[in-house]
Amino acid sequence: MELTGAQILIKMLKEEGVKNIFGYPGGVVIDIYDELMKSDIRHILVRHEQGAVHAADGYARATGGVGVCLVTSGPGATNTVTGIASAYMDSIPVVVFTGQVPVHLIGNDAFQEVDIVGITRPCTKHNFLVKSTEELAHTIKEAFHIARSGRPGPVLVDIPKNVSTARIKYKAPGPVKMRTYNPTYKPNKRQLQKVVDLIKVAEKPVIFAGGGVILSKAASALTKLAQRARIPVTTTLMGLGAFPGTDPLWLGMIGMHGTYRSNMSTAHCDLFLAIGVRFDDRVTGKTDTFASQAQIVHIDIDPTSIRKNIPVAVPVVGDCKCTLEELNEMLESVDLGDLDNRRKPWLDQIQAWKSTNPLAYHQEETIKPQYVVEKLYELTKGEAIITTEVGQNQMWAAQYYHFDKPNHFITSGGLGVMGFGLPAAIGAQIACPDRLVVDIAGDGSIQMNIQEMATAVQCNLPVKVVILNNGYLGMVRQWQQLFYDKRYCCTCMEHAPDFVKLAEAYGATGLRARKPEEVEEVLKKGLSTPGPVIMDFVVEKEECVYPMVPAGAPITEMLLV
Amino acid sequence: MLDADKHVLSILVENQPGVLSRISGLFSGRGFNIESLCVAVTTDPTVSRVTLVTKADQTIVEQIKKQLNKLINVIKVHELTGSEFVEREMVLIKVLAKPEYRAEILRMVDIFRCKVVDVGAEHYTIEVTGDEGKLQAILSLLKPIGIKEIARTGVIALFREPK
Ligand SMILES: Cc1ncc(C[n+]2csc(CCOP(=O)(O)OP(=O)(O)O)c2C)c(N)n1
Ligand SMILES: [Mg+2]
Repeated sequence: MELTGAQILIKMLKEEGVKNIFGYPGGVVIDIYDELMKSDIRHILVRHEQGAVHAADGYARATGGVGVCLVTSGPGATNTVTGIASAYMDSIPVVVFTGQVPVHLIGNDAFQEVDIVGITRPCTKHNFLVKSTEELAHTIKEAFHIARSGRPGPVLVDIPKNVSTARIKYKAPGPVKMRTYNPTYKPNKRQLQKVVDLIKVAEKPVIFAGGGVILSKAASALTKLAQRARIPVTTTLMGLGAFPGTDPLWLGMIGMHGTYRSNMSTAHCDLFLAIGVRFDDRVTGKTDTFASQAQIVHIDIDPTSIRKNIPVAVPVVGDCKCTLEELNEMLESVDLGDLDNRRKPWLDQIQAWKSTNPLAYHQEETIKPQYVVEKLYELTKGEAIITTEVGQNQMWAAQYYHFDKPNHFITSGGLGVMGFGLPAAIGAQIACPDRLVVDIAGDGSIQMNIQEMATAVQCNLPVKVVILNNGYLGMVRQWQQLFYDKRYCCTCMEHAPDFVKLAEAYGATGLRARKPEEVEEVLKKGLSTPGPVIMDFVVEKEECVYPMVPAGAPITEMLLV
Repeated sequence: MLDADKHVLSILVENQPGVLSRISGLFSGRGFNIESLCVAVTTDPTVSRVTLVTKADQTIVEQIKKQLNKLINVIKVHELTGSEFVEREMVLIKVLAKPEYRAEILRMVDIFRCKVVDVGAEHYTIEVTGDEGKLQAILSLLKPIGIKEIARTGVIALFREPK
């Protein structure tokens, strides 16, 4: 069978089960688009290539599968970099296809040529420049394999124009065999036995779960472990949903904007079971004092995460799901004693921390942003897929929306990129057409990829955008308030557009609430209006996110409401 | 840095374009140090050996090894330091060879068992192979005579096989 490179690409995508691609065309990918049009793969035309990658990221997180992008060379490729960097930091499987100038022009400073493989080397899990059509099929297979296996991540495949146009005799590639890449899924049994022994004797244990638990689909195994051994659970921002946010053992999020009880439990626990995390500085604060009374167990599929920032007593390299399932099995035959009695002092202590310093805010005349999120949680019964922008809006979403299930909270954790939420919501909505998808946004961030409203309208995607409009780059303003004597330099967003009119200009619905008593009504109306909706909540301008641990301080040193 | 010792890493990689830049990018991006780096193909034409010398404390070296292993094109990483290994480096030294010094230079060449590989009107170029200590020794002896320039290969190394 003779096929062109473009035909091979589409064939391979179908074999990988790809149903949706987020992209933007250009000169060197017209041939690929020409073939794409003939296939039944859906192409979502974004309005900016950064949006394509965030959408693919949101799609991947909502489905637990791989997101796919297709863009042109040069500016199309460079526009993807921020999206790729975000997916890389959060270990999200995305495959990005970039067009490239023909092989014979590479290195000539040809029109719209950039060395995108060079540019993205440090922010992809791996990347490829495909030099001949013969290499294309197996390269694509490897790209998907690398993206989704082990610790997942973005993979970029750069395809020169002549590679997609050349016609060759197609030979189906065999199964992927890579001598250099073989992630460890099965944990070492002896290490696991040590974990069991530690669980047996621990009086004040804490489980600390991260995005790795969600990525490896280990949430139910984690819940089983926590309930079996009666261990309270905290998570990172990326781990929200890995454990039910309504379970009595739930401690809330850890870290800079973590709950009081979570940070205190971390400081006082005697066993700290870290699972699928990488001890980011926003989690640990000052590392020397972090969980300093505990034996730390660290389970992760990526050996480089272990002992990178924090010394660990028992390292376990393995997939979270495999490891937790095996651990649960081993624990079945272990006598943990009378857990009701054994855990009582510890759980009582945690309860005391919770009642003295719960998550809280003061209701006033103005709309409090936390109130909007609380109401949203109530009205959606906690079942919406929530994406966020970055800043205070993101933290309030994390604090006041409670996630019972994985894959429901989609946020740019590691990179913290403003402009993530709307395109990510579009990706999630494509993945889950029947679900309610809400982007909790800030007035600053939403303007960074607002053009994707056109995508939502064109594709008739009913994403709902909830803007917590404080007229500020609020999180930066908060730092200026707390640590820079209120010198609000360049954080006041004067000249914001009228978001209601803007929504209408895009052909969507726009609503606004100015007073607390309007919040519920606007939410109800907005959530029940078909098609994309922007809800503009004019909130308290100088509200701060609490608790807050100043950067670099021990996480027990919290500024409280 | 406390006990920032020298570590010799022997890294087998796929012999492909871009692999070296992945390795050097890893070191620059994460602030690791490279003292020297040598790359050449092995007897298997699809595989190259990178010999890399770094100065770092033990925890950093552990992290370096893991990060290298994580690179998709890296086949294997061995740390040679701490085990028995042979280490060699070559240096070409262009030394000022005024007539009154020639005899002394040649005597040193003889003692150190190195070679004069080029003779110019006023210079000798000497080839020296050995370990770090030997190279340092001859360089410091030749310094007062006048070294014009040198070129070093960087260290290459292999495990010693059991006797
Ligand atoms: C692309 C990008 N640029 C700059 C920042 C730095 N930054 C972090 S939060 C923030 C303010 C965001 O403002 P807004 O979207 O209004 O959210 P708020 O904090 O007010 O809820 C800024 C500028 C960032 N995270 N991402
Ligand atoms: Mg704002």
